[in-house]
Amino acid sequence: MSGEAGLATPFSERAGKALRDTFLQEALGIATTKFIGLRREAFEGFPQGDALRDQARAIKEATLQRLDVHLGRLADNIERLGGHVHWADTAEDAREIVLKLCRDKGVRMAVKSKSMATEEIDLNEALEHAGVTPVETDLGEYIIQLAHERPSHIIAPAIHKTKGQVAELISVVAGKQLAADPEVLTAAARVLLREKFLQADMGITGANFAVAETGTVVLVTNEGNGRMVTTLPRIHVAVMGIEKVIPSMTDLMVFLALLARSATGQKLSSYTTLVRGPRQAGELEGPDEFHMILMDGGRARQIAGPLREALYCLRCGACLNVCPVYRQIGGHAYGHTYPGPIGILLTAMLKGDRSVKDLAHASTLCGACKDVCPVRIDIPRMLVELRENLDREKIAPASERLVFKAFRGLLLSETAFKLSARIGRLAQRPFVRNGKLRSLPLFFGKWTATRDLPPIAARTFHERWKDLA
Amino acid sequence: MITCLGDMFFPEVGVAMVKLLRRLGVTVDFPDGQTCCGMPLFNSGYHGEAAQVAARTVDLFARSEHVVVPSGSCAWMVKEEYPGLLKDDPRRATAARALASRTRELSQFLVEVLGVRAVESSFRGKVTYHDSCHLLRGLGESRSPRVLLQGVEGVELVELPGADECCGFGGSFSVRLPEVSTAILAKKLDNVEKTGADCLVACDGGCLMQMSGGLSRRNSRVRALHLAQVLAGDGA
Repeated sequence: MSGEAGLATPFSERAGKALRDTFLQEALGIATTKFIGLRREAFEGFPQGDALRDQARAIKEATLQRLDVHLGRLADNIERLGGHVHWADTAEDAREIVLKLCRDKGVRMAVKSKSMATEEIDLNEALEHAGVTPVETDLGEYIIQLAHERPSHIIAPAIHKTKGQVAELISVVAGKQLAADPEVLTAAARVLLREKFLQADMGITGANFAVAETGTVVLVTNEGNGRMVTTLPRIHVAVMGIEKVIPSMTDLMVFLALLARSATGQKLSSYTTLVRGPRQAGELEGPDEFHMILMDGGRARQIAGPLREALYCLRCGACLNVCPVYRQIGGHAYGHTYPGPIGILLTAMLKGDRSVKDLAHASTLCGACKDVCPVRIDIPRMLVELRENLDREKIAPASERLVFKAFRGLLLSETAFKLSARIGRLAQRPFVRNGKLRSLPLFFGKWTATRDLPPIAARTFHERWKDLA
Repeated sequence: MITCLGDMFFPEVGVAMVKLLRRLGVTVDFPDGQTCCGMPLFNSGYHGEAAQVAARTVDLFARSEHVVVPSGSCAWMVKEEYPGLLKDDPRRATAARALASRTRELSQFLVEVLGVRAVESSFRGKVTYHDSCHLLRGLGESRSPRVLLQGVEGVELVELPGADECCGFGGSFSVRLPEVSTAILAKKLDNVEKTGADCLVACDGGCLMQMSGGLSRRNSRVRALHLAQVLAGDGA
């Protein structure tokens, strides 16, 4: 169930396969349209939203300026509360820290609440290899774990599944045929998961935010499973990217006002869970041990790098829902943990520019993502800069670079430009049918396979201007 | 400014724009030697190359009082990207900033600079309008084209569902990922046909090439036209 299992086939083929998957097309169309509408309504009824977005962005900018200070403060406060802080430079380090904890503490089963950070480090596979059973408890994550798949959306991991497909998956575990009714299926999953919560030795979560001044880990969920994961097992491990620290509880209020509205159109998610360290003296609930894993994995070097703004990302998924490309192909075709437009940038951050050689071009640069981003990340601009880097580092194919450099020559010379129109007119002659080009050879066939092309005009505007002047 | 697609594939749009502007009392000049705004190079990451094209265009339009472009993306390129691309050439960077402030997309020029609301045109028909991404989100313009279309007596404007969604062109995207590009286009054209309009209007050469290519391939009765053609009354 590796997230990169499909990377052997080129991106264009993965995208093509997604386009031909009728179940996927149905599920994606319904879900993204619903999310877009919900977000729009949420912000229409929230006039202070725009100012808060500016404020949220400013907080992220300022926090990154002194990230070391805020992280230090967070760690001190967690330790003061009796928690343990682990620093992971790489995904492997983060994974190894969790596995060592499992070994040292005799952990056999771990329940998880939804976490992209643990997806990023392929934690479930690592746990399975080590003999620890990971159980996803977010309903969407549970569904895809049953299907041996990976999340295809940052906040709606099973967005690509239809009701019917979900019913089949849960029926198998429940041992009886269940109706394709969300209420029936949710009730069945609750029963199945309840006993896992009670059996598990470890609860693993991500963190939507961590507040430096108080050492608080913040989980934003809609199912309450996050609370079970952080209170029932004897050990709680939170895995978090270092960019998610925020200075204060006041800052948290700004982000909470934006996150659920951007993600699901809710004013606030059903559960906002704030956890501070292990169970304190006199407290009735909470784990014996609390461990926080602070993970770099390529983030720190971007604080002063070209992908800096991607570190502002709140993982709300709004940019996926509005992206015309994501809406057509869904998350799996991207082939990495983080899909959609922001996912291309995050993949470049975590795995290097070479890993997004093709994905960097999986955007029409329409700007819809930038428009809805709660922290106004200029995704199209960063994609264009990423493409520039692919040329500069000679990662882009030599043939492509040659074509664009020749094209440059054409645009710099009026004579060459005008001559190309004349040559084009001659060359297109055998292909014109009823004033249209319907089928062209070679590279041009990529256009004419599905669309007509107007022929180069009998007289270009340059030529017609002589009559108009 | 008539850029590459307009020059080679849609010269009638440029002609319509010239006629329209003259009718409105504007003296029109066409500085010789124009080729392309450089956006195809820029968007694919060839920024050094795009800067060379930008430098050339800045020089060509040094003496123009207003620069009017019948394509939102080219106008955006000149206004938003030229100054940054030419930052290492201080003289040209200054000229680029000046050019940026003098450049307008056609509908914006008509409404903001000339103060036009209603244009007399022989065009008749039910039309729907597609918001081009760079004009809408890049230049923040959704009103001017609609005002102008509503100002034509014979035009009935119907709103296009999802008018603000991309048509799937995206420059080289359209041939790098032709299947995805076409799938996005199909959704757009389904919406267009549902409006019952005879004519789909846009303000961008790239979108028009994509959408007219798709309409023509599905033998649709809907025609794609540039705003200038509707306002000038050509092809009505």
